[in-house]
This record gives sequence, structure tokens and C-alpha cells, in this order.
Amino acid sequence: MHGRPRKAPKPEDEAASAAKAQKLRALQTQFFSFHHDQIYTKEAVELSAKLLEINPESYTAWNYRKLAVEHYLSQSECGPDSVKSVLDDELRVVESALRQNFKSYGAWHHRKWVLSKGHSSINHELRLLDKFQKADSRNFHAWNYRRFVAELMNRSEQDELKYTEDMIYTNFSNYSAWHNRSVLLSALLEKKAEGFLLKENVLPEEYEFIHQAIFTDPDDQSGWFYNLWLLDQTVTTDSPLLVSTWPTCGSDVLIMGDGCQNGSFSPFTTLLSDSGSFPIILYFNQPVEGVNSSTVTIECGFDKNGYLHWEPLSVSNSQAAQVWVAHLKFPTPELDSSVEVRVGHSKGIISTRGFQYCHPSTFSFNVHVQPVERDSFQVSVAESILWREENFKIYRAQLEESIPIASFDQLCIKNGHESTASNWRTEALAKEIECFRELLSLMDCKIGKLTLARLLMAYDAMSIPFATKLVHSEEVLELYNDLMKLDPTHHRYYKDEHSFVLLQKMTSSKESLLQHCFQYKDSVSSVIGNPICLRLNNLSLSRIGAFEKLLWVQMLDLSHNELQSIEGLEAMQLLSCLGLGNNKLRSVTALEPLRKLKSLRVLDISYNQIGDHSIDTTRYLCSSPLSHSVGSELNKDETVISDASLVNYWEAFYMFKDLNLNQLDIVGNTIADEKFKSALVKIMPTLKRLDGKVLD
Amino acid sequence: MADASFGFSTLQMGELAIGKHVHYILSVEKKKDSFESVVMDHLRMNGAYWGLTTLDLLGKLDSVNADEVLSWIMACQHESGGFSGNIGHDPHILYTLSAVQVLALFNKLDVLDIDKVATYITGLQNEDGSFSGDMWGEVDTRFSYIAICCLSILRCLDKINVEKAVSYILSCKNLDGGFGCTPGGESHAGQIFCCVGALAITGSLHHVDKDLLGWWLCERQVKSGGLNGRPEKLPDVCYSWWVLSSLIMIDRVHWIDKEKLVKFILDCQDLENGGISDRPDDAVDVFHTYFGVAGLSLLEYPGLKAVDPAYALPVDVVNRIFFGR
Repeated sequence: MHGRPRKAPKPEDEAASAAKAQKLRALQTQFFSFHHDQIYTKEAVELSAKLLEINPESYTAWNYRKLAVEHYLSQSECGPDSVKSVLDDELRVVESALRQNFKSYGAWHHRKWVLSKGHSSINHELRLLDKFQKADSRNFHAWNYRRFVAELMNRSEQDELKYTEDMIYTNFSNYSAWHNRSVLLSALLEKKAEGFLLKENVLPEEYEFIHQAIFTDPDDQSGWFYNLWLLDQTVTTDSPLLVSTWPTCGSDVLIMGDGCQNGSFSPFTTLLSDSGSFPIILYFNQPVEGVNSSTVTIECGFDKNGYLHWEPLSVSNSQAAQVWVAHLKFPTPELDSSVEVRVGHSKGIISTRGFQYCHPSTFSFNVHVQPVERDSFQVSVAESILWREENFKIYRAQLEESIPIASFDQLCIKNGHESTASNWRTEALAKEIECFRELLSLMDCKIGKLTLARLLMAYDAMSIPFATKLVHSEEVLELYNDLMKLDPTHHRYYKDEHSFVLLQKMTSSKESLLQHCFQYKDSVSSVIGNPICLRLNNLSLSRIGAFEKLLWVQMLDLSHNELQSIEGLEAMQLLSCLGLGNNKLRSVTALEPLRKLKSLRVLDISYNQIGDHSIDTTRYLCSSPLSHSVGSELNKDETVISDASLVNYWEAFYMFKDLNLNQLDIVGNTIADEKFKSALVKIMPTLKRLDGKVLD
Repeated sequence: MADASFGFSTLQMGELAIGKHVHYILSVEKKKDSFESVVMDHLRMNGAYWGLTTLDLLGKLDSVNADEVLSWIMACQHESGGFSGNIGHDPHILYTLSAVQVLALFNKLDVLDIDKVATYITGLQNEDGSFSGDMWGEVDTRFSYIAICCLSILRCLDKINVEKAVSYILSCKNLDGGFGCTPGGESHAGQIFCCVGALAITGSLHHVDKDLLGWWLCERQVKSGGLNGRPEKLPDVCYSWWVLSSLIMIDRVHWIDKEKLVKFILDCQDLENGGISDRPDDAVDVFHTYFGVAGLSLLEYPGLKAVDPAYALPVDVVNRIFFGR
């Protein structure tokens, strides 16, 4: 099926082919009659060998041979010598089949099956493997078989590691060898085997090794992914860390029941809430499980019980998430209290890789709840948010105003770093940066630029406790700009990375963040209050990130960008108004992260591409019966859409039914015809405005 | 059918010779006596799935005699509930999925004794959550995908231990973000499709590092615009399915150059006799014809039905299974 040249069949070829076909068919027919009649005579078994020699993919013949072997072995006159001879026959048949097609699944499995009967010499198998390696060093069947044999003979991981080293020295361009090396090395590191106790001793040699591959031929991909893995090993701490919270440590939070402004509190920390509670958000550096009221304890004046229900913000039914949220109820409409949150003081929070959270942290903040003034409370339907330039004015921060940029020192999150030990990480990165700068001075290559960009970002991220600015952002952005030109095929990969870095840069300091902080000009809205609106328009953003720094945001304007995804946005639990107009969202399912935003009231998705595309790239990243992710059980009636008229709009049904939107703008999307709009109205009974029109 | 909206000119990129391909598939079905055909006898059930799904994507499923196909399929079902690759052969999970998929195409899943098929498949799940291909015990993540896809189509996924099945698949996840056939097995686009598809169907894609895997997958696109299956290998049209559908399921398909890939697939057509080959100017076969057409569908090539990236069936067929009356 692969690699055969296309040529017009000549009549003599066709005749020869027909003759061969007839012969094979006759062989097959005879074989079937032996198989179905369970005839295992020497002659019958020989026939199956002939068949497999011509066509090793004829799987039923391998099955038959196993039955024949079992039949023979079960006979009483079968002594150890005849067992050996029978199994030797099988090994011979396999070898002959593999010569025909060294990728035959049936042949390789048959060999394993024979070996599991406890026969053949290990050395013979290793010699066979060497032959296959020489013929094709990328034959994954052979590598799999090698793993099988190594396990059978209890070969040590160290010995196998040496083998990968030999293979790589023979030819650096051997991805299979690098892959196997990564498997063996990570197992040895995890076990803390002798000689592999500390990563800081093991990794430098690996870096040296991989450099030889990459620097010899930078266009050869064989080493790229191993190199990325080494970087990950250098940068990632095993145990999870708490990176960010809302409210932030030391902040003074005002919770209002209505839109009345209170001058003495910063709009950065003022939250409108009509639910009698406010959220507490924990943002970890990797997905974790086990966040509950035992592992995270609250101490506050007004809630003696201290029981909170923690919810993981994950798509589908996963119990693990990077971001967790709980809602703290306040019992009286007027309140003034400090709250202390203690994270991980008892064991139980565990990363999906299996590492315990082991840096107990504490943060505290003050919360002030302002009572609702009955006569000023309006239920206004007429107001609507219009995302126009003229409706926003830049926010002038007070001198001493605390802007909630997430940085470790401000958050007072004591993450007990291995403070001196972490030097090996920054040292390793610094050395790598030097090496790749040198490579790039000699030749302009894609992997050089990409790796340097990744190294610089990682280096900056490591330095955060000591410097609040990201020193290398400009250079990294330049590198991604270069890469978009150097490798146009992957232009949009570099674009996404560029957007990500840009956002990190913009949110890294008070000054740069304030340039994007506005307030809505119109009078205070009773629905959303008058929060800071973070405006990130016209930045050609194709992707968003830096959520750990944006947990405080209630109003976000991302209009006029190139967003096709809003992955990660579910972390922004305080969002009540979101502008996504004039972007590149392709489907309703792409809005999935919004389903977790219980406070969202105003949503603008006008002028996107919803309805333009026949292929939905987020079809399996949303909650739906196709992925068995509606409700908590498989195949249950929760998935049934009772209203028949909504079946054609099932994406919108699952997406919007649990949202409590007041205002939705959807004009400018192909999907938004009258039928779709009336379906939306059915799905969202709380909706008051649709495309500017007031609903009754 | 919404038009593709990335506006390249059809004159520039060549055309999909739909009529020729339909003719080719129908002729292959009839030509059972060439050596190539006899040698593939044992996987005729797969061939039926590739050929018929292609016809459906091209809007021409009605060119075949449904009744003939259906009675042949049912003749391949064994006592155990599993289906064989052709009459006379032993049952195997590979052919069981293809049989069920073809029945789904014809909207004839009701001819099945679903419990019987489900019993065959659940009987193949091992203690560690993996699946064997048949009673002889070969284990491979391909079979995990098949079990999950098949039972999901039959709306009885809860008959297997889904949690264990997922954890076995995750034990085959590699440090490059990809997946192999067994724990420790090298990442390969075919296995990645199977694992990502299985995780998609079981709502478990959150276990995939989409950025890491997405980068590995997008780097399968080589200079010619075609996709290979793993680093430093030749491009092949079948990877237009395995790599592309994986990228789509994790929403990273924009990381490749779609136009270049369309051109590569179209260049692999045999414009005289119909059919698509693995590489330009190689011999065609039904396998590559299916993957080329399915790949074009994923790339929103005009005139084709949309194909579902996880179930590998037309979207309208999948929607009918889950939302139809």
C-alpha cells in the first residue's frame, strides 16, 4: 500500500497477477478448510506456512498456527525435545514472514506469543533485533520487541540507556533512540536510581549530548523534542505551587449589593454581588486534585463553620484543575472582617503527575460588605453596554493605590523555594542561552531562534521573585517575528506564542497595566457596578493568557483582535462583562470556557465567524453527549434535549442554558438568523437584550 | 454545506476529481481477482469502510447496493459477536469497528444485536484497562480507540470500565506529548489519532498537553506541504488524516499551512484512473483515497460533506446517532 510506483498495467503483468492471485486463492481456500475443520497435521500446518510466506498479513493463519501449537503441546507424547522443535518452527516462520514485511503486526505478535511459552535464547533475540536495527533504526515494532525482550531478561534500565547512547552515536538522526532514552532516563530519575539522584547532576551531560545532535544539523528534528523535554525538566518543579489568588494578599475588598460607589475603596477591589457571597480563587501552576475544606481552611470573623465547597474549573468531569473556586457566604448585609486562607497545611492536594503540594501557604485580606440602599436600587432594563471607544475613559490611579499585579512578593504567598538549590536551574538556563546565542551567531536557524525564545521566557519566569519586570520580552517578541518570516508554514504557531508573550509583558508591571485600565463613562450600572475595564483591543492577539495576573478583572474588552480561542478564560471568575466582538471565533462550542463564568451578564460576540465553518475545531473541547461530558454520568437522560425545535441548535443549547446573561450581541455571525435568535431566547429566559433589542 | 472561507482560487490549486474517484472505488469493489485484491482479502471489511465512507463524503453513497453490503457484513459476524475481515476469517476488533461504522453510514444499526457486539468488545478489556485485538491477546492503543468508538456509536460506552481504559491510554503518553501503541512506545501519528480520539470521546482531552502535542503534530508538515507520521520520515497522504484529525480535536489545526496541504493531497490524485496514492506518482489504493478525501473534508475543501474527527464518520451520521430520532 505504500511506496509503490504508479504505472499503467501491461497485459502480461495483468495475466501474471491473475495467475498469482488464483494460486493464492487456492491456497487460502485449502487453508480455510483445514482451519474450520480443526485439522493440524504436518501437511496442513506446512500449508499455513506457505500462505504466510506469501502473505504475512493474513492474520487468521497466525491464529491457526497458535491453535496447532497448542494442540500439539497438549499431546501426551510431546517431550521437551519435540516442544523445542515445534517452537523453533514457529520462530522460523516468523523470521521468514518478517523478511517479507518487517512491519507485520501479526508476525511480531506471534513471536512474542512463542517466547511467552518460555523458549528461544535471549541472545538470539537480541541478535535478531540488531539485524533489524541496522536495516531500519526507526522500526517501532523492533523497538517495542526490544522492550519486551529486555523486560523478559530483566535487563537494567542503565544498560538499555547505554544502548540508546550507542545508537545515537552511530547516527544522531535517530528519533526512536532519543525517545527511548527519554523513557529510560525519566524512569531512572523518578526512581532516584544510583547515579541518577539529582537532576542537576544528570541534566548538564544530557544538554551536552543533545547539543551535538542539534548543532550538527539544526534542520533535523530528531533532537528538538528531547531538548524541549530537558528544558521542561530544568524548569518545572515536581510539586505544584500556588501562583495567584483572588482576593490578593493584604487587599481590602468591598462587596456591594448594588451599584452605589464607595469612594474610599479602589475600583480594582470593588465587587458587585447580588448572591450574598463572593468568590475565593486559587490559581496553581499545574492541574491539581484534592482541594477541599480539609486541605484549604478559612478563618474569618463571620463564618465559624469554615466549610467551603471547592470547585475545580475544568472542562468536562475532571476532578483536577489549575484553578479552583469557592464561594464564601456572608450572613449579614453589612460586614467588616478579615479573612485568612490557609492552603495545604494538611496533606491532600496532589498534582496530576502524582506530586504532593508541600509548600503550606497563607494569605489574608479584609472584606467589607456594603449594605444595599433600598431606595437607590433600580432594576434597570434599559441600560446596555456598548463597546465603543467613546464610552470609555482611561482610569487615573491614585498614587498609593494598590494594583493587583500578581507577583510573589505582593501576594505574600510563601512558597518555600529551594532558594539556593534553585540556582542550578537558572545557571543551567543561562548556560543554554549562551550556547544558543552562539549557534545563532553562526547560522540563522529556526530551532535556534525558537529554543532561545523559550529559554529567555523560562529564565524570566524563574527570576520573578526578584524582579517584577520581564527583562527579555522585547527580544522574545522579535524572535517570534523573525520566526514568522523564517518559517511561514508555521506562522500561526509563532503568532500564538507572540500573543502570549505580549500579554505577559503588558501585565508584568503596574505602569504597563494601567495603560489598559479604563472605566465605562455612563452612569453606574446596577447590574455590573462601575468596575475597571481592562481594554486589550487592536493588539492582533490570536491567543490570550496571563490569567494568573488577571483574576481581579470584572470587565474585559478583547474586541478587534484575532482570537479564535478563549481557552483558559474560565479562570476569570469575576467577569461580568466580556467584549469579544470582531474576532475570529468559529463556533458556539469555542465559547465553552464561558460556561464556568457564573457572574457573566453581558456578552458581545458580534462580528465573528460563527456559522462560517463546516468543521468545528472545538467540538470535543466542550460539554456534549458526543464526548460523554454532559452531566456526571454516561448515557443518562440529562443529555436529552426535550424541546424538539432545539435539536438543530444543540451546541447553543448546551452552551447557553446555564448562563444567566442579561445582554447578548451576536449580529455579524452567519449563524445568527431569526431562527437561531429565537432558539437563543428559548434557551436563555433571563436574557433581556439581544442585539440591542429589548426582549419582553 | 458552508463554503470554505479562506478564499484561495481553485485554478491555482487544482481540483478534486470527484467523478474519477467514485468510479475508482466502485471498480475496486468489483475487481476481486487481482493479486493485490486477494492479498488484501482479509481486510475487506476495512476496505468497505474506507470506500463507502469516501463515497458518502462525496455525496455518492447511493451508488452502491446497500442490501448486498449489509448481508455480506452480517455474514462476517461470528458466534462471539465479533466481525471478521471477510467471510472465512476469524473475528477481530479491527473489523468489528468497521462493520459497525458501515452500518451507521447506512443508518442500519438496528439490524445489530447490540448486546452481542458489546459482549464481544467488553470481553476484550484487560485488567489494566487495555484492550486485546482478539482472543490471542495482542494489546495496542489502537484497540482502545476501537472499543471506545464502537461502543459509543452503539450508545453503550458504560459497558466497559472507562476509567481504566483512559488510564491505560494515559500510560502510553510520551514526554513529547504524543502517544505510542503500548507504554514506552514511540509517538506515532496513527497511535496519536487513536489515543486523542479515544480521549475525545470519553471527555478526557484535558489530559492532553495541547500546546506540546500541537507543536509536535504541526512539525509533521514538511517542505512539500505534506505531513509525515513522525520526525524525519517521508510525507504520506494518510497522515493528512491521522495528524490533521488530531490537530482538529485539540484545536491546533491553524498551526499548519492548510493551503499547502490541500495542494499536496490534490497532487497525489491519479487524475486518469481515479484514486489517491500515498505520495505523488505512486500507485493508488482505497486506503489513501479515503484519507485524502477525509483530509480535504477536514480542510473544508468545497463540495465535500464534513467529517467528524473523532468518529471518522460524516458529521451528519454522528449527529444522527446522538441527536436523531
